[in-house]
Amino acid sequence: MSNQSESIGGAQAAPPSAADSGIAVRAHGIWKVFGRNPERVLEPKYRDLPKKELQRRTGCVVALRDVNLEVKAGELFVLMGLSGSGKSTMIRTLLRLVEPTSGTLHVDGKDVGAMSHKELLEFRRNLVSMVFQSYGLLPHYTVLENAAYGLRLRGDEKGEREARAIEALKMVGLAGWESYYPTSLSGGMQQRVGLARALAKNPDILLMDEPFSGLDPLIRRQMQDELVDIQEDIGKTIIFVTHDLPEALKLGDRIAIMRDGQVIQVAEPEEILSNPFDEYVRAFTRDASPARVFTASTVMEEPEMLLYRWQGPLTARTEMEHNKREWSFVVDRKRVYLGVATRDVIERLAKEKRTTVEKDDLQYLEPVKPDVIIEDLFGLVSSGSYPLPVTDDQGRLLGVVRPRAILNALSTEEDDA
Amino acid sequence: MRDFPDWIRFPVADRVDHAMRWVLNNLGWFFDWVGDVGLGILISVERALLFVPWWVAVIGVGVLAWRVMGSKRSGIAMAVLLFMVGAFGYWTHAMNTLSVVIVAVAFSITLGIPLGILMAWNNTVRNLLTPILDAMQTMPSFVYLIPALMLFGLGRVPATFATVIYAIPPVIRLTNVGIREVPSAVIEASTAFGAGRWNLLFDVQLPLARPSIMVGVNQTTMMALAMVVIGSMIGNRGLGMEVLLAINRVNIGQGFEAGISIVFLAIIIDRVTTAFAKAKKVEASTGEDTETEEIEEEAEEEGSPKASA
Repeated sequence: MSNQSESIGGAQAAPPSAADSGIAVRAHGIWKVFGRNPERVLEPKYRDLPKKELQRRTGCVVALRDVNLEVKAGELFVLMGLSGSGKSTMIRTLLRLVEPTSGTLHVDGKDVGAMSHKELLEFRRNLVSMVFQSYGLLPHYTVLENAAYGLRLRGDEKGEREARAIEALKMVGLAGWESYYPTSLSGGMQQRVGLARALAKNPDILLMDEPFSGLDPLIRRQMQDELVDIQEDIGKTIIFVTHDLPEALKLGDRIAIMRDGQVIQVAEPEEILSNPFDEYVRAFTRDASPARVFTASTVMEEPEMLLYRWQGPLTARTEMEHNKREWSFVVDRKRVYLGVATRDVIERLAKEKRTTVEKDDLQYLEPVKPDVIIEDLFGLVSSGSYPLPVTDDQGRLLGVVRPRAILNALSTEEDDA
Repeated sequence: MRDFPDWIRFPVADRVDHAMRWVLNNLGWFFDWVGDVGLGILISVERALLFVPWWVAVIGVGVLAWRVMGSKRSGIAMAVLLFMVGAFGYWTHAMNTLSVVIVAVAFSITLGIPLGILMAWNNTVRNLLTPILDAMQTMPSFVYLIPALMLFGLGRVPATFATVIYAIPPVIRLTNVGIREVPSAVIEASTAFGAGRWNLLFDVQLPLARPSIMVGVNQTTMMALAMVVIGSMIGNRGLGMEVLLAINRVNIGQGFEAGISIVFLAIIIDRVTTAFAKAKKVEASTGEDTETEEIEEEAEEEGSPKASA
């Protein structure tokens, strides 16, 4: 199988070298066993036993079993699994909030396991930030003091840390809330404070443990979108833990699926869906409605015809006649989307003896971004008489979404399942 | 056969006596010194209290109560209570009693809060201290008078010493409870941002445990006030001595006056410190009153086994 997990048989994988560039986090052979004398579980006679059997014979619970992971710098890496799969334990080992029983961890090229207590404090203060599901804000501190807390621990001067905290609060849309206490804020806003606290110290790596799970769906969606924006702006490495497949698919550059303390598949979202590693992953993906998984980019097609701005109305009319079309999208030299020109408009311009087609002449149909999920396209597609234009961040026309393409995507998916 | 056999005896009394004698012979100089310092402190506090003109004290208590309790009526009520103590003719006695309470409580807090912190940090310390604290609170309070008497002689220093032993458990217990009940999510998040043990203590644990600690301080104060009467048996003057004299003379009227004066003092101190704790709490966490209230109730249950015993 092409999407074979990188971790299966990880014991034979090459030992990690700390100096790797482009690798933000490298975990090698991580075990975490809870119980008395956890080391003995690593002995050959126990280590391959299934979880239940092992618990019966040794009284120990295995939370992580030989986990191997590599996260590239600048990547948004998702750890996904059900509760009890070890994903939260795994992300905590990266900061040694949970001490792994064995294995090596390199974060930013530094051997985390070998750090002294003092080095560990420095490491936590400077390089890595974490956002928690339950926010973990200090109730007796204001929003500003909370956002600046990491900087205070690091020893930044008051003026500087407040300036940075204000900047971070602005980034998460909380400007003006500095002097409030967290308890007077909604859950979504509290988590924004948590995010601002994490961003304020400008870490290399951001760890997020189910940060949006406690929020209601609309807020959650909004926060996800904002996280994507922030990620694009600052280009941090993010490790994101979730139990929610749509969230994982929406956010992840790559997704690692965990079960019973093991990583069973690491792949890009599309591949997880199209080629699930085993029944477990398939069960996950079956829950995900295709309407929530597929995005505009997966169903968009080439437009049947395009007009260019510099083409005069006469050329345009000829072209339309030639293609037997009543309308067309119009783009400029860089393929930036301008609007829709109908035959009537072109005729009018031709009568006025204009030489070019300008934006003001056109009907402007609101474009969508390629990562919008199909579910959100239903309303837009069915209400208009034209297909939906899909544009990238520079406004360039990538393709169009036709209602039929959406229906096709949904129906083929149903056949497969 | 039903009686406990005579030949099984472990006489502990002898050993305790012996140990006490050893302490007196070898550490007497130390307790003399502590006694002198203690007496100096007690006398200065009493002098300071007596230095304040009575009407300043009455108005001061009224204004303070009004400010922290937030109602003019309670302010006036507290002022009237203090005025009544003076009107019974017990002003000087009350200030004497108050000085012992203040010194004992100050000592209990400076010793009790660090002990409570240690107890919260370390389970071994907790397991060690818990039975000792239980014993301290269930032991008849008169028993403390004996070692106090032997170490410091007669007077207000041994009375203060016995008061501290009797009154310190609540502040230790409730500091421990308060710190242990700080949500682990907050601790974990702060740890993830690089907080060390002392950062956690001062930035997170103590501030969040404050409501609980304040309840402990309040209970300690109340117990100190109760013990002060018993302390009069070893020569502490003040209101307790008046009660004791009234008992000996079967003077019901005098006993009532002195007794009610102690009750008035207790009410004033209790209401003001309680209101003070609440005021601080509201300021710290707006809109989370229900949660802190719950903690308080639990804390109260754990903090006072006497109430249930």
